[in-house]
Amino acid sequence: MVPASFYLILSAVLFTLGVVGVLVRRNALVMLMSVELMLNAVNLTLITYSRFLESIEGQIFVLLVMAVAAAEVAVGLSIIVSLYRHKETTDVDEINLLKG
Amino acid sequence: MEMAIFVVLAILAVGAGVGVIAQRDPFKSALFLLLNFCSLAGLYLLLNAQFVAIVQIIIYAGAVVVLFLFMMMLVGVERAREIPNLRPYQWLLAAFLGLLLLAGVVWALLPAGTGAVPSLSPSDNVRDIGAALLTDYAVPFELASLVLLVAIIGSVVLAKKKLEG
Repeated sequence: MVPASFYLILSAVLFTLGVVGVLVRRNALVMLMSVELMLNAVNLTLITYSRFLESIEGQIFVLLVMAVAAAEVAVGLSIIVSLYRHKETTDVDEINLLKG
Repeated sequence: MEMAIFVVLAILAVGAGVGVIAQRDPFKSALFLLLNFCSLAGLYLLLNAQFVAIVQIIIYAGAVVVLFLFMMMLVGVERAREIPNLRPYQWLLAAFLGLLLLAGVVWALLPAGTGAVPSLSPSDNVRDIGAALLTDYAVPFELASLVLLVAIIGSVVLAKKKLEG
């Protein structure tokens, strides 16, 4: 049997990778992918607890998180499309319309 | 045996995660993201969550990654590659902050994960989820469909070309 702590450490590592991705990448597309990595790490934690606390609730939460993640990707990508139409780039450092 | 499968899937998931954030080419990042999603689906199977594993493949691998690839087709991957890299000290700072965060998360999660492993009771995963979704969690379930509807309308409005001006 694999103990729960192994899954939890794995999901912590994946979450950290997502955070570092958002910090180091300047491409809006890759930043959105890193957010997906973080969401998946949280899903892994929820499934782990669902298994080790023997309750179905964790899996329900994961399904709802997936619905929200799908909505987030759709809206995020269309924001990137309209940004690209406006500025011809996906580099977040060049998107500085609100900068005084 | 279970441990061996876990180790292989965990290495695949972490390696693909590193690939997502380290690749210069966003197209390769998306393919690494696909590998990450698939290995997570394997882990869900290992955790006896069959329905979520299949949904993971369908939604993430099937829809989200395809959406990303479509997106790269629309904005042009060649242009996206020209984005300059960060300075080395910025990478080091990000890695340091990441390690700090990792230590904090592990410190918070670990005490909760040291209990005994319950033995696998035979259960009908899909039936349990369906029953819970349509009884106790009927309202969140319906709200999720509302969220998706708003997302559809919102993305159409955002991505639509302005007709005037």
